[in-house]
Amino acid sequence: MGAQIRVYRQKIASTTSMRKMFKAMELIATSRIGKARARVAASLPYANAITRAVSAVSSSSEIDHPLTTEPTQVRRAAVLVLTADRGQAGAYSASILKQTESLTELLRGDGKEVATYLVGRKGQAYFDFRGREYARVWTGGTDNPEFATAREISEVLLEAFATRYEDGGVDEIHVVYTQFKSMVVQEPTVVRLLPLEVVEENAAEAKELLPLYEFEPEPEQVLDALLPRYIESRIFAAMLQSAASELASRQRAMKNAGDNATDLIKKYTRLRNTARQAEITQELTEIIAGADALNA
Amino acid sequence: MAELEVEIVAADHFVWSGPAKMVKARTADGEVGILPGHTPLLAILHAGEIAIEPVTGSRITATVDAGFFSVDSNRVVIVADNAKIGESAAGIR
Repeated sequence: MGAQIRVYRQKIASTTSMRKMFKAMELIATSRIGKARARVAASLPYANAITRAVSAVSSSSEIDHPLTTEPTQVRRAAVLVLTADRGQAGAYSASILKQTESLTELLRGDGKEVATYLVGRKGQAYFDFRGREYARVWTGGTDNPEFATAREISEVLLEAFATRYEDGGVDEIHVVYTQFKSMVVQEPTVVRLLPLEVVEENAAEAKELLPLYEFEPEPEQVLDALLPRYIESRIFAAMLQSAASELASRQRAMKNAGDNATDLIKKYTRLRNTARQAEITQELTEIIAGADALNA
Repeated sequence: MAELEVEIVAADHFVWSGPAKMVKARTADGEVGILPGHTPLLAILHAGEIAIEPVTGSRITATVDAGFFSVDSNRVVIVADNAKIGESAAGIR
């Protein structure tokens, strides 16, 4: 009997200390999420300005830029996957990887080879565990992405894009990231980055007539300089959205874990009390029975 | 008199915005000064300093590295990977 109480006590103690951890992680995620969302908002002016400029150049002059022309045949596609560095974020990394799997299958079905570029230790662990190959991996700071990382990623991807297929280059680039829609809705999303389709984020803005710009130096050179920046900004935006989503998922997962821990503690406490009462009753019965035996 | 509406944005944050009388920037071909009523322009920016003559107050300089800037209907948008307002802009940020 005493043993049973001890077991419940241990369970209560360990669940309580776990709950403290969940609570702390939830609070950390909550405090960072505001900052992450602010960074998403802060990157918007740049993204808008660059999108506007790119569409201005590409619409005002019919230029055949290698980044915007559809290749006649796509034989290898690069997939950039944005996962988390750490777990305990619910299904965050899992759903991104699921999305990646279905995209990879789709691409393979079209007869394309797939080169995977990973961001985040969770993605790396997933691929390593299955002994699958990936082209390159970046880890560290997925919940607080740096612009320098985005630049490095885009440089690597653009270089692969510029390389011919025979030399190991890729013909198109996809990005799988988690779109931050709101605190409760985050959606794994696939976008094709290259060849470029300049998308107007805002349909109303697209109708607004772009002025006839003068270019300095030539439109081609302006586009040359703009497009890599545009790619960078798209990748950075995806990273920021993913970071915000990661934190939101973590906060939710930790809140659930904390709530479950509370429920468990309650349950174990009840069981412990029952066990203790049973022990007392047992002892009393024994004492009374003993006294009766002496008196008789 | 018309005035320019200037906006400076860096890759990950907003830097400065406000009305101005003149903006001076360095492009690939050399320095350009932009006054109100300039034709629409889209140019590559060279690393260096940008000088802004605000409507009120003293001249502001900003250090930028590579980027671009666009001018249309008196709206100047300076987009740089990194941009920092110089010391002459005390109290702005």
